[in-house]
Amino acid sequence: MVIPSCCFHPLPVADVIRIIDKPIDPNVLRRELFDPAAGAYAGFEGWIRNENEGHSVERLEYEVYAPLAVSEGEKVIAEAKAQFAILHAHCVHRTGMLEIGECAVWVGVSSAHRDEAFNACRYIIDQVKVRLPIWKKEHYADGNSGWVNCERCAEHAHPSAVSL
Amino acid sequence: MSKSITVRYFAIFREHAGVDEETVAIDADTAGDVFQQLKNRHGSREPLGHCKVAINDEMADWNSPVNDGDTVLLFPPVAGG
Repeated sequence: MVIPSCCFHPLPVADVIRIIDKPIDPNVLRRELFDPAAGAYAGFEGWIRNENEGHSVERLEYEVYAPLAVSEGEKVIAEAKAQFAILHAHCVHRTGMLEIGECAVWVGVSSAHRDEAFNACRYIIDQVKVRLPIWKKEHYADGNSGWVNCERCAEHAHPSAVSL
Repeated sequence: MSKSITVRYFAIFREHAGVDEETVAIDADTAGDVFQQLKNRHGSREPLGHCKVAINDEMADWNSPVNDGDTVLLFPPVAGG
């Protein structure tokens, strides 16, 4: 019996960008990038850490506007494929409440050689952070919470609270 | 002339406005006009350049025109990753 030489894609072909509310497993996701022409894989994982700007962080809550996060993420990955000689690139981002140490975002790139994989992976995570409609709210050990990058987002009191 | 615009708020803007979305009658030519005139709703003094906007589920610019019946999505500074 002849064994078919087709089978470098053990998982179904996946969407290049996904927003999920379950744990990210990079060891499963990276298999989506297997390719007989690939000699390199670069992956990036963004993890939840326990401190930000002097505040002790207990957990992080992500809010994602999925329709536009997906369409903008598809553009970012298309740009990476146009700029770098890569084979495959995927990105998965979490939504919802995450605990310290959990993986919030994963980017994986496969290519013939390592430079392109590293460079494309860096490009994708950098663009994802500044372009996709995703927000995170830090929940601090002292019981307070705050939206990241939003120092001037709420300088007015809420109208219903103005006179309190 | 007043236009009927549906505005959607996200993250801290939603918390401040107290609603996910609302329809307002507003005299606005651009997405930037909508943002400025609704300051008491979203509560933000962030520079426009720090925030983002979409119109009818397409990313837009603050100079993009708004038309009667449009849905304008107001995004606070993003923080993915």
